[in-house]
Amino acid sequence: MATETNNLGYTDIHDDVVRSIVKTGPKYYIALATAGGTTLLCFFFPWFYQLYYGIGAAGINHPGVWGTYLASFIFWIGLSHSGTLLSCVLHLTNSTWRKAMYRSAEAMTLFSLVVAATYVMVHVGRPWFIHWAVPYPNQMELWPNFRSPLMFDVMAIGTYITGSTIFIYMGTIPDFAAVRDRTTGWRNTMYTLLSLGWRGTDKEWHRLHWAYTFLAVLIIPLAVSVHSIVSWDFAMSVVPGLHQTIFAPYFVVGAIYSGTAGIVTVMFVLRKSMGFEQYITKLHFDNLGKLLLVLSLIWTYINGVELFTAWYSGTSEEYEALGYKLFGFYAPLYWEMILFCAVAPMLMFSTRFRTSFVPMLILSIAINIGMYTERFLIIATSLSRQYLPDAWGVYVPSLVEISIMVGSFALFTTLFLVFVKIFPSVSMYEVKETMATPTMEPLAPATGIPA
Amino acid sequence: MSLFSRFMDSWRKYRKPGYYDEFDYHWTMAIDLDKCTGCEACVTACQAENNIPVVGEKEMARGREMQWIRIERYWEGEFPDIKLRFIPMMCQHCDAAPCETVCPVGATYHNQDGLNAQIYNRCIGTRACAVYCPYEVRYFNYYDHHWDSPLDKQLNPDVTVRGKGVMEKCTFCIQRIRQAKDLAKDDGRRRVRDGEVQPACVQSCPSKALVFGDRKDPDSQVFKSMHDPRNYRVLEELNTDSSVFYLKKVDA
Repeated sequence: MATETNNLGYTDIHDDVVRSIVKTGPKYYIALATAGGTTLLCFFFPWFYQLYYGIGAAGINHPGVWGTYLASFIFWIGLSHSGTLLSCVLHLTNSTWRKAMYRSAEAMTLFSLVVAATYVMVHVGRPWFIHWAVPYPNQMELWPNFRSPLMFDVMAIGTYITGSTIFIYMGTIPDFAAVRDRTTGWRNTMYTLLSLGWRGTDKEWHRLHWAYTFLAVLIIPLAVSVHSIVSWDFAMSVVPGLHQTIFAPYFVVGAIYSGTAGIVTVMFVLRKSMGFEQYITKLHFDNLGKLLLVLSLIWTYINGVELFTAWYSGTSEEYEALGYKLFGFYAPLYWEMILFCAVAPMLMFSTRFRTSFVPMLILSIAINIGMYTERFLIIATSLSRQYLPDAWGVYVPSLVEISIMVGSFALFTTLFLVFVKIFPSVSMYEVKETMATPTMEPLAPATGIPA
Repeated sequence: MSLFSRFMDSWRKYRKPGYYDEFDYHWTMAIDLDKCTGCEACVTACQAENNIPVVGEKEMARGREMQWIRIERYWEGEFPDIKLRFIPMMCQHCDAAPCETVCPVGATYHNQDGLNAQIYNRCIGTRACAVYCPYEVRYFNYYDHHWDSPLDKQLNPDVTVRGKGVMEKCTFCIQRIRQAKDLAKDDGRRRVRDGEVQPACVQSCPSKALVFGDRKDPDSQVFKSMHDPRNYRVLEELNTDSSVFYLKKVDA
């Protein structure tokens, strides 16, 4: 499939991408300082406060022992999903439109996972002992509890982080080499190390392609398993509202849904701020819009199933949980979620909507707000109404929790800003594959490209 | 066949609470709701015995009270024809406890006495056990608590003072059980006698509504109480196989 990159030459791509790494304007520094400062102020400062005084700084209380920390954790894991997963699926199905956007999508995966892993530390009461959840031989001769879904979670996320890191790094090696050949000084040294001596021989390309496809196949089931396992943290309990078999597919679909919406947001921002108008086009928004629409329909269906199962169970505690979810204390949030994640995405039936940049940006942000609400509600509504009415209660997040939530977005942005200056944020060699073969006009020495 | 049956045997053993073929003792409590007056003496006794912090008014309003045993109060009927029901609620020491499977570090587990034990030192504070517990009897230390002088002088030396970020709950006064077992051993006796161990709540109950003992001893008082025709267990339909039996209040 030919894209709008047809009017570009190989050199233009190199120039554009290397420029995005080497040339740094004041805007970038302002953005980095703002994001970094917000991270320190809103994320790390309240967290240290909480570490010092105890987790009582959060709003958690007796029935609501889990709160926004866990909701944010699921949210970030969910956001991580589409990146690498989408990239893998599209790689295996040979979708050429993936090529301009997949690098930033994969970076999103990686940084979301980093933020999510940080959230685990924020969430637990004694994070300084968090390593006890990892199986390693130790002098206490104690192992973690292999029956615990939380322990599965540690393993699943660890594997997913490792897999995604290798996947994004391996796919970038030829581009590191290309940047290496165009930079000098400390950058040259850094990219020389990062590119692992890539020369662009046929053998190297062959092996890279083979390994890349292998990893892509490996990561798809991994991505599905990660969020299934996250859902088991909840579904394996006996809490009405959480104890449902639909939870694993529900979480996986929700994850891909919010992740895809996240990619739309990030692509819009990259397109505007880095001057990638020619690489990220209407076509990408159109295709992602279609994907989002399908996901929204599946998500709506699963929500219906969830309500139906609760009603069909016929038990008083499920009825109570259901009624509380729909009409209780958190009901405005529930209907907000339905509006943002089930009703508003119907707009994407229109091609004109899908190919308009700003409306898609607004919708993608609305979807992620809705999806965050979903994660919050799963925890808050279910824990508020459990079996014994004496222990019913309401949980409201505290200022520290809200600040850390805001700070986590700043942390993500900071990591992403650092990323765009180190990694070529558009895959150069794969964009070139979609272009017409160069003519005999003299070009700059092509690197990382088989002649 | 033999390989399969061996596998199934080890699987069944693995599925057993705490992997025990048989408990040494099987500590059980029976609560006669006909005798319970809701006086909360058990709550106070528990607070004193187990170094449970008094969280204060502000924290109480935020829903962070600490009571290993609490008196749940339910109203039945409408105003003129109204009844007030009490039910003391504490850790049910389930033999198939949901909280035990979920702890990633195994900080809560089943010990050889059929008790659901909580290891404070091992707890990392995921609070998953509190979510999984259908009885809502697990309490979390949101802060480091302190006792103003001279209250700190009356802390029970046999019980750990829990720090921040740790889950805690009723232990059936495990320190008293341990002491009784040590005494029984020193006396050259094999078993702890019935009535020799009494958790603080049982000891303090003025109407003797609470009975505690070893279920494996058919002559024990708790054995008789738990086989009373009025017996039931709270949320028995969840198959938690709890060790606290309630005797239904019979209305005259």
